[in-house]
Amino acid sequence: MTRQPQSPSWRAWLTTDTPQSRAQARLGRAWAGWCAFRRNRMAMIGLLIVLALVVVAALAPLLAPHHPYDQDLANRLQPPTAGHWLGTDGFGRDILSRLIHGARLTLMIVALVALTAPVIGLVIGTVAGYRGGWVDAALMRVTDIFLAFPKLILALAFVAALGPGIENAVIAIAITSWPPYARLARAETLTIRHADFISAARLQGASGPRIVLGHIMPLCVASLVVRTTLDMAGVILTAAGLGFLGLGAQPPLPEWGAMIAAGRQNVLEQWWVAAMPGLAIFVVSLGFNLLGDGLRDVLDPKGD
Amino acid sequence: MSEPLLEVSNLRVSFPTRQGVTEAVRGVSFTLGREKLGIVGESGSGKSMTGRSILGLVPPPGRVTADRLAFRGEDLRTTSDKRLRAIRGSDIAMVMQDPKFSLNPVMTVGHQIAEAYRVHSRASAREAKRRALEMLAAVRIRDPERVYDRYPHEVSGGMGQRIMIAMMLIPDPALLIADEPTSALDVTVQMQILAILDDLCGQRGMGMIFVSHDLNLVASFCDRVLIMYAGRVVESCRAADLHNARHPYTRGLLDSLPRLDDNRRDLPVLTRDPAWLTDGPAAEAQR
Amino acid sequence: MSAPMIDLQSLQVAFGHGAQRVVAVDGVSLRVADGECYGLVGESGSGKSTVLRAVSGLNPDWTGRLSIGGTDQTAKRSKGFFKTCQMVFQDPYGSLHPRHSVDRILAEPVAIHGLDDADGRIDRALREVGLGPSFRFRYPHQLSGGQRQRVAIARALILEPRVLLLDEPTSALDVSVQAEILNLLRRLRAAHGLTMVLVSHNLAVVANLCDRLAVMNRGRLVEELTVEALRRGEAHQPYTRQLLRASQGYDRATADSFRDFA
Repeated sequence: MTRQPQSPSWRAWLTTDTPQSRAQARLGRAWAGWCAFRRNRMAMIGLLIVLALVVVAALAPLLAPHHPYDQDLANRLQPPTAGHWLGTDGFGRDILSRLIHGARLTLMIVALVALTAPVIGLVIGTVAGYRGGWVDAALMRVTDIFLAFPKLILALAFVAALGPGIENAVIAIAITSWPPYARLARAETLTIRHADFISAARLQGASGPRIVLGHIMPLCVASLVVRTTLDMAGVILTAAGLGFLGLGAQPPLPEWGAMIAAGRQNVLEQWWVAAMPGLAIFVVSLGFNLLGDGLRDVLDPKGD
Repeated sequence: MSEPLLEVSNLRVSFPTRQGVTEAVRGVSFTLGREKLGIVGESGSGKSMTGRSILGLVPPPGRVTADRLAFRGEDLRTTSDKRLRAIRGSDIAMVMQDPKFSLNPVMTVGHQIAEAYRVHSRASAREAKRRALEMLAAVRIRDPERVYDRYPHEVSGGMGQRIMIAMMLIPDPALLIADEPTSALDVTVQMQILAILDDLCGQRGMGMIFVSHDLNLVASFCDRVLIMYAGRVVESCRAADLHNARHPYTRGLLDSLPRLDDNRRDLPVLTRDPAWLTDGPAAEAQR
Repeated sequence: MSAPMIDLQSLQVAFGHGAQRVVAVDGVSLRVADGECYGLVGESGSGKSTVLRAVSGLNPDWTGRLSIGGTDQTAKRSKGFFKTCQMVFQDPYGSLHPRHSVDRILAEPVAIHGLDDADGRIDRALREVGLGPSFRFRYPHQLSGGQRQRVAIARALILEPRVLLLDEPTSALDVSVQAEILNLLRRLRAAHGLTMVLVSHNLAVVANLCDRLAVMNRGRLVEELTVEALRRGEAHQPYTRQLLRASQGYDRATADSFRDFA
């Protein structure tokens, strides 16, 4: 059997106007979104970068030519060579291998922050927006207090209180980055709170939690996903910043920010020690930004 | 009849989409003298696009083509943008459905009307204000001096539409294109606005294109009616004869309207005939 | 008249406080019999929709007495109330959740009220409003305005209510679609013995569907009359007569005779 005659049929199955089941309807919707996303070339580049990050992180031990902690003091601060493609750092460790293993840390930071901050923000924002009154006032004042501090300074304070370490850095970043999501979710909620379909749900006897969870949150998720993706670059940079200040990942963990910090003593003579992790941060941040821009075009419900 | 105000021949408006090119208007032709011409149809019939395309107001990426599109003999397809802007303000005016979106929210309404006058007439500020107040009175606003200093959000919908009309009519245009000008308004207010338009048409010899979905209104207000379906004119007749229309689409629309003067309960439902999409243009036969 | 399905006494609704207080509905009383279709007619700002929202429970800030199906109602409604009384909104583009499929929209009320046989109910409701099962898994953006309004009606009917409140259900639709929806509503009313309250600015629409109607102006009930009387032109109040004349098409002389009624 060739694939040729088959492919139009599954495509027709996905794009039909009359789906036969819930699953088909959902898949069809996802397919339409994918088709719209695929047309955006920059977004596809972003997606490829992010996917590459995931693959590199997953296969780090296989891809890395050396062990990230193996020191070779005789070969310290070597420029890029055939043996060490990106050179070696102050302890003679292979920079490429450290970057590859560092991808796991970066991905973990990104994933943990993405799973906590927007969720906290979504819950607080939608509840405040839907309930209104004193609930709204109380939740939004708390949000204002968090917003009043510069993010990095507040994260620094948290890490100082909790003790340095990558877990605490993630917690500090999550705690300091939810307020903008709460604001965004609240603003979205306010615009849809008085929509007829919310009134209709109330008239069916739907409870407050049911309306917030089933009707309001799905409409806020799209803009939060976009915002989260766009913020990921900032999260990576904040984590790197904490690492740079010695308050994030602790040596010998190959965290990119900490690697830059370690390379700064010799930045003028051995530029590659700091520049290579910097380049990695730049590429990954760019990837998330491009992906976020593409997702905005696909997910924005106002564009329908 | 002397030279016609507007000649339109084989007007087409198309929009490129992912699935190919969609034609919103497919070969509409008519001529307009100093009369009130109604264009009726359902949503998606292309009636609004027809009105907009005359002024070059079709939103991008829409494309307008026509064999002839002439205002007082001047070809609107080839005029420069500058000349078109001049025509748009002073010779052809347009009133849209919702005045809220058409008025500048941070300028008093009187100031906006006076500005509209000064752009095209080079009158002094004082003269412009005098004319603006006159115009407000002409659209029957009871206290023009007070309304002159109001902001758009401070006036009601009916008042807003009157202000819009005053602003559009102050340069004394020869042609007014009104796109559902009263659909958002209450029936009594609607009647009063139509009376204003009617009087202005009569007094100034203005031509008017009245785009609407309301058959009864068009039949009672206009002189002549074009009925549009799927981008084409399926029938054109004198407004007074609309209730004797022949085309099955027009008949179907008229029948499906509930009426106060008969107590049939189940309303006949319009069944659409694919042939209506391709019939030879009925408009050519009846000018 | 036997025990009315809807009994509304001196309803008053006000918005805002202090100097900004606006009385939107002022002392409206009306009774709708079981199985009757009652029209509420008026211009914008007349308070007709506000009355409907108070009856439906969407607007809790009202005073007066309201009883539906013999049960007195307060601002807070029980779950049982929503099973008795449902509503259809004006704008079919705004009354369906843009990211819920028809299936999900119809399954929700069944789940809220813990009813059995969700599949059977959804299929029956869809068939009843003239949409086949092929519509079940579509999303609102794949439907026309008329089809959306049918889904909204199916959603209201799936709980098998006794009262259906209709807020301008056809004013956003083309006339040919309006005729289909009016016919559908009439058929459903006969099939289920529904009591209906229809809010509309269009006298002809009200006359087509209703038995009796009330004319409202500036928050007050101006006149109550039967549709037969309306058709015969037997309106007593000058405001009603002006409304009647305005709805009969444009006439230059009529336009001059209009005045404001406070």
